[in-house]
Amino acid sequence: METDQARRKTKVLIGKPGLDGHDRGAKVVALALRDAGLDVVYTGLHRTVEAIVATARDEAVDVIGLSIMSGAHVPICRKLVDLCRHEGLGDMRLVVGGVIPKGDVATLQSMGIHAVFPGGTSLDELVAWFQAVRPREGGLRGTRGG
Amino acid sequence: MGVARYIKDGKGGVEKVVLQSGIEVKPAYGPDDLAAIGFDPERDLGAPGCYPFTRSLHPSGYRTRDWTTRQYTGFGTPEETNERFKLMIGQGQTGLNVAFDLPTQMGLDSDDPRAFGEVGRVGMAVDSLADFEVAFDGIDLHRVGAGLTINAIASVMLAMFQAFAEKKGFARDRISATPQNDILKEMIGRGAWIYPTRPAVRLIGDTLEYCITDLPRCNPVSVCGYHIRESGATPAQEIAYAIAIANAYIDETLRRGHHVDSFAQRITFNFNVYGNLWEQVAKFRAARKLWARNLKERYHAENPKTMFLRGLFGGGGSGLTKQQPENNIMRGAFYALSAALGGAQTIALCSFDEAYTIPTPRAALLSLRTLQLIMDEVGLRDTVDPLAGSYFIETLTRQMEDKIQEEMAEVEGWGGIVEAVDRGLVQRKVAAQAYEHERAIQQGELIKVGVNKYVMDEEDVPDVDLHRYDESAAARQIERLHAVRRSRDGQAATSSLKSLEHAAREQRNVMPALVECCRAYCTVGEMAGVFRDVFGEFREPSLF
Repeated sequence: METDQARRKTKVLIGKPGLDGHDRGAKVVALALRDAGLDVVYTGLHRTVEAIVATARDEAVDVIGLSIMSGAHVPICRKLVDLCRHEGLGDMRLVVGGVIPKGDVATLQSMGIHAVFPGGTSLDELVAWFQAVRPREGGLRGTRGG
Repeated sequence: MGVARYIKDGKGGVEKVVLQSGIEVKPAYGPDDLAAIGFDPERDLGAPGCYPFTRSLHPSGYRTRDWTTRQYTGFGTPEETNERFKLMIGQGQTGLNVAFDLPTQMGLDSDDPRAFGEVGRVGMAVDSLADFEVAFDGIDLHRVGAGLTINAIASVMLAMFQAFAEKKGFARDRISATPQNDILKEMIGRGAWIYPTRPAVRLIGDTLEYCITDLPRCNPVSVCGYHIRESGATPAQEIAYAIAIANAYIDETLRRGHHVDSFAQRITFNFNVYGNLWEQVAKFRAARKLWARNLKERYHAENPKTMFLRGLFGGGGSGLTKQQPENNIMRGAFYALSAALGGAQTIALCSFDEAYTIPTPRAALLSLRTLQLIMDEVGLRDTVDPLAGSYFIETLTRQMEDKIQEEMAEVEGWGGIVEAVDRGLVQRKVAAQAYEHERAIQQGELIKVGVNKYVMDEEDVPDVDLHRYDESAAARQIERLHAVRRSRDGQAATSSLKSLEHAAREQRNVMPALVECCRAYCTVGEMAGVFRDVFGEFREPSLF
């Protein structure tokens, strides 16, 4: 198991929840992570949090990263955290990026978001964070049909 | 963000300057450069106000026509938006530029579960005619034109604007609305699409066709190279894709048997102002020329006005930084300068706090003042196209022209812009460039003050005031929506929606039916829902 996990690439789902269509940031992050050798799935636009969590479960990812530019990051992230817990994905790493005021970072972290990457974050810093994520225990076994 | 690549020689001097569009700038220009491109003032420029309009659409430029200032405004409920409209008009703003919230842009009512948390957040919520009655209350629509930042359901909003204006006694032939109504750019860049490409383009054709006879002063389409650029396109691609998109809308309208001179002058443009100053000025000049030539040679337009590239040159969002936000005030001034030197008819600037928030009144006012200063204190009004004849600018204008044509040829090679967008070819190209661009900034190849040069500790940077989202506004909005549903004539609403569905299915122009629906207080969600049922939804092509 240990070796399996070490061999497996960290798998990331980049999601665009809600109605906002500004996806330059999400795409840049997806391309950067893929370039860094991670396994990346991008949901595309206008996804519900439910659909994003379902995809994360089906694709057996280790991290869900949401890109939110509309200002609705607090309610959306709260929903993400709750839903992951409810779906038994409590060990999923959760991150959010986008237009996020400094004052909201602590709020997001206290509700269970593991990292916040506001606009202007360096790609190196971001990639390093994702690279440090170890594949989840349940990751592979939790895959399709599981 | 960064404006050019500066490649250093061994001694720290700049050896090479490469603009975003891929054009190399020489250390000096002279008469030989103009000779090398065969520069002919008659053919390349024409007099100001004359074909090919490289210099200006009007002979006397800003002496006789100020640019229209049109800051992007709208948030929360129609009441709050109305208040901000009046503030800006009271401060000398000459047009409106209406921001809608995301549920409205996506054709959802405020009480739709998908709208939760988004009502009134990035713009004003509009559910029915009742909201327009509040938002535009007390605004003289014979005098003030309204830009409407709406795309997928622009037809609905245009119909609502007409229904509102008529109800308030404004003459249909005197009101002026400019809905964005450019769905292909939404698919490339901004993401507020609903329906698949072909029916979506057909709806745009419906608005263009309808305006010929019914709303003669409206500009039903504003093609937005702006958002394509914000997504990662170069300035040359911004213009190339915009012209290709505009041509797709022209073709859709011509197909219905209209003469190009009867509608094409109603298509306007929205271009971006951030980046290298010279490249933007050359871009605007080249764009005016290419558009005029496109209309004359490809579409055989005869009326010179049909050949006018009229536009809002503004914004500059991706040039602004989150770091040291007050630097954005200075950036805005230089962006406005490029718009003025480029001959903009209409202008709006992103406000310095926009990397954080919906602009606060102070930030919005600073942007407006910047625009007023440039006209009234700096001298940009004095003479038309002041850079004309410059060895450098004329050379660069020609080079931009060539680049734009190269990019247009690539789109043709993809089978045209509709096909290219359907298959995600433009989207993938632009996203890859955005990534490259971001890397270049982070590696310091492209300089951005406050980001990779003259960086300050985060803690030293003053945080900006935030526009606070008012949670209770959503509840009030939903209340009004429910009141509308309760009090309207239900039968009239149902039957007008039925007529809309028939028009949509039978390939008839949907505009008359939409106006009827708006008059009957049908909701945005109901009207957009009819189109969802008939047309289906766009399937986003994959990124990788």
